Amino acid sequence: MNKILLILQREYLTRVKKKSFIVMTILGPILMAAIAIVPILIAKYSDDKINKILVIDQRPEIFTTILPSSETVLFVNSKISLDSAKRAFDPEKFYGILYLQDDMVKNPGGAMLFTEKQANLSVTNYIETSLEKQIEQDKLKAEGIDQKTLTSIETTVNLKTLSLKGEENSAELATIVGFICGLLIYLFIFLYGVQVMRGVIEEKTNRIVEVIISSVKPFELMMGKIIGIALVGLTQFFLWIILTLTITTIAGKVIVDPKTDAKVVAQTMRTNNLDQHALEELGATPKVKEDAIAKVFSQLSSINFPLIISCFFIYFLGGYLLYSALFAAIGAAVDNETETQQFMLPVTIPLILAFIVAQSIVQNPDSQLGFWFSIFPLTSPVVMMVRIAFGVPPWELALSIGLLIAGFVGATWLAGRIYRTGILLYGKKVNYKELAKWLFYKG
Amino acid sequence: MPNILEVRNVSKAYDKHVALENVSITINEGSVFGLLGPNGAGKTSLIRIINQITAPDSGHILFDGKPLNPQHTAQIGYLPEERGLYKKMEVGEQVLYLAQLKGLSRADAVVKLKYWFEKFEIKGWWKKKVEELSKGMQQKVQFIVTVVHEPKLLILDEPFTGFDPINANLIKDELIEMRKKGTTIALSTHRMESVEELCTHIALINKSRKLLEGPVKDVRKLYKSNVYAIEYEGTNIGLANSMWGDFELIENEPYGDGMKALIKVKDSINTNALLQGLINNVTIHSFKELIPTMNDIFIQSVTNNEIQTIHE
Repeated sequence: MNKILLILQREYLTRVKKKSFIVMTILGPILMAAIAIVPILIAKYSDDKINKILVIDQRPEIFTTILPSSETVLFVNSKISLDSAKRAFDPEKFYGILYLQDDMVKNPGGAMLFTEKQANLSVTNYIETSLEKQIEQDKLKAEGIDQKTLTSIETTVNLKTLSLKGEENSAELATIVGFICGLLIYLFIFLYGVQVMRGVIEEKTNRIVEVIISSVKPFELMMGKIIGIALVGLTQFFLWIILTLTITTIAGKVIVDPKTDAKVVAQTMRTNNLDQHALEELGATPKVKEDAIAKVFSQLSSINFPLIISCFFIYFLGGYLLYSALFAAIGAAVDNETETQQFMLPVTIPLILAFIVAQSIVQNPDSQLGFWFSIFPLTSPVVMMVRIAFGVPPWELALSIGLLIAGFVGATWLAGRIYRTGILLYGKKVNYKELAKWLFYKG
Repeated sequence: MPNILEVRNVSKAYDKHVALENVSITINEGSVFGLLGPNGAGKTSLIRIINQITAPDSGHILFDGKPLNPQHTAQIGYLPEERGLYKKMEVGEQVLYLAQLKGLSRADAVVKLKYWFEKFEIKGWWKKKVEELSKGMQQKVQFIVTVVHEPKLLILDEPFTGFDPINANLIKDELIEMRKKGTTIALSTHRMESVEELCTHIALINKSRKLLEGPVKDVRKLYKSNVYAIEYEGTNIGLANSMWGDFELIENEPYGDGMKALIKVKDSINTNALLQGLINNVTIHSFKELIPTMNDIFIQSVTNNEIQTIHE
């Protein structure tokens, strides 16, 4: 036991002290924070220049309203002809000339934008959207429907979903929580399982392994390595969470000025491609906004977090232990990393498959597919985590966890047998038949 | 002398390949035991079994009179044939780790390692990474790691291959010193000069079977050919006159300004009888017994592949 601790300590310390670990630990949160902060910054600082557009409007008088300007686009109507406008165009004063033909309602394609340089995508997008709105309104007006009637017709439905017991369900939030958990487990297994394999190959190619296993059992060396690397991963995740929270909080306070807050947030959401609907919800009617927040909170309280968190740890560790044992066996069977290909495939396929299935299960968590994949130990860590947030019968959960434990005990046994033979075999091309024989060697 | 290690009827097979077939050896305390044999004979398999890296299919092993168990690894030092170090790790950190795995406390390990680092004049390398060391330096470090926990039994698998001549000599001297202090040493090799120099006992393994085992002088006696080399001055007739039925002339050729003859003597005959006959007929410059080298024994024994027993 003491020796496993020594091994674990070495595996942990050498990795945590590595430059790549420190760089990744610092870069990770910065990248994550950047995802949150950069759009806000972009919204705040870019497009500060106001693009003046000269509008030459040929439409009949009744339709000629000035297009609404934004912070970045300003429309100026003019009566001069297109040719003379083109001739007199001053790039210092105007960004471009927008030409609207007289039959815009029948022929929406009759709008043209002339610019000196290639037209800016955000400007063209804005012009398109405002023209579309304008023409829609014009069409409605032609049909005799005014803006007031239109506003009174507009309806927003937020479907409230309840279980039969009356608890409020939370499909959207459950989807997000479950999917994030599944994704984390998937990433963790891949990143750190491969590290276990690399570590084994390193010891084998360094030829140090025989010295070590004259002091400890091969199984102890393997387990010490697997657990040590698991702790490295957990340390990194823990630091990421802390650093991300710190950076986003500090950056949020420094960058986002409370006065412009709402505007910036609204814009950020637009850049983040949130739908117009959500934007209106947030910006337009404060009551709807409150409703939405209340709904999120009631959904949060309806999710069984203690269950999710404890299951997360069980599947996180179980899945990692299962896969890293298999990765260790692969590392022991080969001489260098290029030879790992043939053995990697059967190990990574179930994992990738689990991730693909997880994406479809989000739509239908109680499908047959979902059931079988969340029971099978090689796929359950990812798939079951996605299902748990939607609620899973206790017997299914118990069966899945039981099989996972059995799976990882079995995999460790199997890997241990391949490992102890493989690490002492140099320069031999190994195939599956050979591996199968190793399982039955004595001692 | 008590036995430190007894290997009794050990067999080991991998799939269809038999690595060891009913092998027994005994290593006396304080001896230097040479495990000889051509490549693929089963030496490394036996050494790995003694180090509890693999288990035998049948047979058992006694260490210090007790069945071998994991506690014994602390009393055994092992330098494998395939040896190396973690390249990216600092030398000091690494030797401390390996010494602790052998059961030394950290504080204890620091003291002992410093002693060896000073002795081998590599003190300045403690903080360097292994990959910055020359191969010779790494070999010194590997040797230190093998002996730092002061094992009762030192097992070296092909210790002189891969070492440069200077390091090989350094290690040979260390081994002789350790033997004086009472450490038992077992080494496998196919370099016979080092066997002549170091070993007190040998065992010869070929094709997974032990062919021969015993003290070096007894092994020599077994392979004694009873051939004597005589350098003399005189005629062939003179030489012929001094011999009768119990002698056999193998070779007689000019040698320098005189002659050299190889004469085989029957076991029962006293060599003085031969000398007496010779003195009357030729002038003798030298007379010595041809002792078989370990190399001769090795080749002869492997070629015949017959099991020989030594009666002590």
